[in-house]
Amino acid sequence: MRPLKIVVLAKQVPDTRHVGPDAMKPDGTVNRGKLSTVFNPDDLHALELALNIKDRIPGTTVTLLTMGPQKAADIIREGYYRGADYGVMISDRRFGGADTLATSYTLVKGIKKLAPYDLVLGGRQAIDGDTAQVGPQCADKLNIPQVTYVEEILEINDDKIVARRRLSKGIETVAAPYPCLMTVHGSSPACRSRHAKKVMQYKYARTKTELRSADEMLLLLHEKRPYLTIPEWSVEDIEANLEKIGLNGSPTKVKSVENIVLTANEAKILSESDADIEMMIKELIEHHTIG
Amino acid sequence: MDNFFKDTPDFRFHLEHPIVKKIVALKERNFSESEKYEYAPLNHEDAIDTYEKILEIVGEICADTIAKNAEGVDIEGPHIENNEVVYAKGTTADYKALHDAGLIGMSLPRKYDGLNFPLLPYVMAAEMVARADAGFANIWGLQDCAETIYEFGSEAQREKYLPRFNRDGATAAMVLTEPDAGSDLQSVKLKATFNEEDKKWYLNGVKRFITNGDADISLVLARSEEGTTDARGLSMFIYDRNDHAVEVRHLEKKLGIKGSPTCELVFKNAPAELVGKERFGLIKYVMALMNSARLGVGAQSVGIADAAYREALKYAEERAQFGKVIVNFPAVYEMITNMRVRIDALRSLLYETTRFVDVTKVYEDVMQERSLEKEERMEMKGYAKLANVFTPLLKLTASEACNVIAYDSLQIHGGTGFMKDFPIERIYRDARITSIYEGTTQLQAVAAIKGVTTGVFLEQIKNYDAKISEENKFLQAKLQEMTANYEQVSQKVIETHNTELLDFHSRRLVEMAGNIIMGYLLVLNSQRDEKFSKSAKLFINLASSENKEKSDYISNFDIENLSLYKLVQTEILEETSLA
Repeated sequence: MRPLKIVVLAKQVPDTRHVGPDAMKPDGTVNRGKLSTVFNPDDLHALELALNIKDRIPGTTVTLLTMGPQKAADIIREGYYRGADYGVMISDRRFGGADTLATSYTLVKGIKKLAPYDLVLGGRQAIDGDTAQVGPQCADKLNIPQVTYVEEILEINDDKIVARRRLSKGIETVAAPYPCLMTVHGSSPACRSRHAKKVMQYKYARTKTELRSADEMLLLLHEKRPYLTIPEWSVEDIEANLEKIGLNGSPTKVKSVENIVLTANEAKILSESDADIEMMIKELIEHHTIG
Repeated sequence: MDNFFKDTPDFRFHLEHPIVKKIVALKERNFSESEKYEYAPLNHEDAIDTYEKILEIVGEICADTIAKNAEGVDIEGPHIENNEVVYAKGTTADYKALHDAGLIGMSLPRKYDGLNFPLLPYVMAAEMVARADAGFANIWGLQDCAETIYEFGSEAQREKYLPRFNRDGATAAMVLTEPDAGSDLQSVKLKATFNEEDKKWYLNGVKRFITNGDADISLVLARSEEGTTDARGLSMFIYDRNDHAVEVRHLEKKLGIKGSPTCELVFKNAPAELVGKERFGLIKYVMALMNSARLGVGAQSVGIADAAYREALKYAEERAQFGKVIVNFPAVYEMITNMRVRIDALRSLLYETTRFVDVTKVYEDVMQERSLEKEERMEMKGYAKLANVFTPLLKLTASEACNVIAYDSLQIHGGTGFMKDFPIERIYRDARITSIYEGTTQLQAVAAIKGVTTGVFLEQIKNYDAKISEENKFLQAKLQEMTANYEQVSQKVIETHNTELLDFHSRRLVEMAGNIIMGYLLVLNSQRDEKFSKSAKLFINLASSENKEKSDYISNFDIENLSLYKLVQTEILEETSLA
């Protein structure tokens, strides 16, 4: 089997799983300053899937592509620590405020600049928006097949790749030709941890913008080891149309946000009897809490 | 996400100790390796930042993988298949996670694919792993054997065996004890024979109680000199599991650390390589190996103590009785606070000892490349002297204290703690071995008493005292009083020139010195970080009354009482024979 060229799409998101009391502003919008940021969990699964393919087919390369503010360079470094070969950051103030449409347009411009590629992987969805739209939109714009909800790569052949999809009511095995795009489900294996030596090697990876405030030692190091400089692409670099990016390219308008406080107002006491437990299970399935 | 490094700020504190700068500079040969290895640090700050980043990975794996697998590993345990050990599934997963993250062979030089870590961050990693699963900590901690091969093996042996640790995740074992040679290793019988034809050594015989006995690479103590019966006839060998000449005959069923296989091994003409020189096996190499293992048990004990303390705290904050959570009852918060105070003290002793060993080892390593300056030689000697007595002191103190802390933690859980419903039941069982293996508490006292008789402890106590600042003079006065008291009773015993009496009181004397040392360390800590001042105060209260009790006993002890002890013993024996 020939080595593959894989592009992994990753997003830096607010850590919505560890929310403090001041995570929301009074107007109901996210108080980004108060939330720490993390590698979007599903995207970490996508990275693991890519690294797993790299383990299986030597010579395969994994390039991490992210769009975001300067802070998102953390995502590229994190990717290096875990085994990604290259990282590229799309960062420009003019990309700000993008909805899924503008985001997918921008990412596609970046992916095209990375061409040729065999596989584009991304997480199923991001925990800050939960839309699960960006992956499919990218595939559509790239005009390549897409396989969503991927859990495992079963076969990698010269002309096709076979994946298992995790669906709400079962699994599905599908084959796709190259190049194709896959979104990865959270039930796939968790991402491997950072590797000690890679952390030591890549901890000084910086974008050009970050280097502007760097000390002499760091500048010298980047001169000696050019691979530490993370490519940073602007609107011009990816030849993006200003009408299609950022706020201009985002038709989504948020009408209002409601702050909902969940309160429990009903309690049910169940005995240990089989009948009670069975009743509870039936109820949970009915309400789609489980199953 | 939980992280055992991030939730324990003390690690960062102990990494910031002033002497660490010297250790790192020596270990990194003044940061000359960054030209050759792109993962070598550029300067001191870079090195410390690296240690913290790597320890963060360890902390994450400990919380997310090892701690979560611990219960399953305890239940499943290892088993034998075709005379080989098969680990519990969780154990395999734990080891794989650490290996995948490049965390095997942490202290080995980069030349052999290691991370070239000083002992200090490595021991911190060991503490975290033990907090997650004490049994697993043995399997991971046996990478110490790589260090011994590095120190005493030939260059060919280093190149052959050492890269296997980081690259392949090789496991290791120290194969020492036999059915009739436990604490007394001089009576080891496993036979090593040199075959003149192929110029190779072969091992035959049985080893017992071998932790992780079926490891990839084993260091074996064997009798190479026919006709000898003492330590001078013993040599050390490397056995490679790929030679398939050792059978695992039996796995012990144990009280605790069940995930760690304890093997009975049969060597069947197993080919082996001599390490270093013949006859130096026990007197030099095993002693070095044992010292690092003792430091390892010190770290393991602190890790177990910390796990027990956190379980107690969590339970006491959630469990309500008589209308309030139990942590609010004086009887409970006293126990919990004492646990915390003792852990602060133990951890200070652990990392103080580690730093002493670190300076010594790093100088020994430098000596392989160049001779030391006179000043350096003197410094090394001084630290070696401290390391020699602090290591058994640490092993004794930490292992005994972790048992007490585990006991109290279970007590706080009440009846629930006695059931298998909470981790404390496992932690309590796991703690028990720490004061037994790698030399029992009683043997540690024999080793550490030298610190009392030669005055090394006292001299170091005086060094600490000189560093106490004005605002701590109240605590200093208390510590000085404890010191005077310790000096007085230890002199009383030493002056009798009765070695039996000295042995009889050795543990008491060593523990008194340990209490004073930990008291000083906490006060000195508080001078760097205010948060230790509460622990210092509370610990000195406890330690002072403990020492008074011991000194009272020693002062009032009539030497004639020794014969009474023997008399009682004889009577018991007679009664037994009558029955």
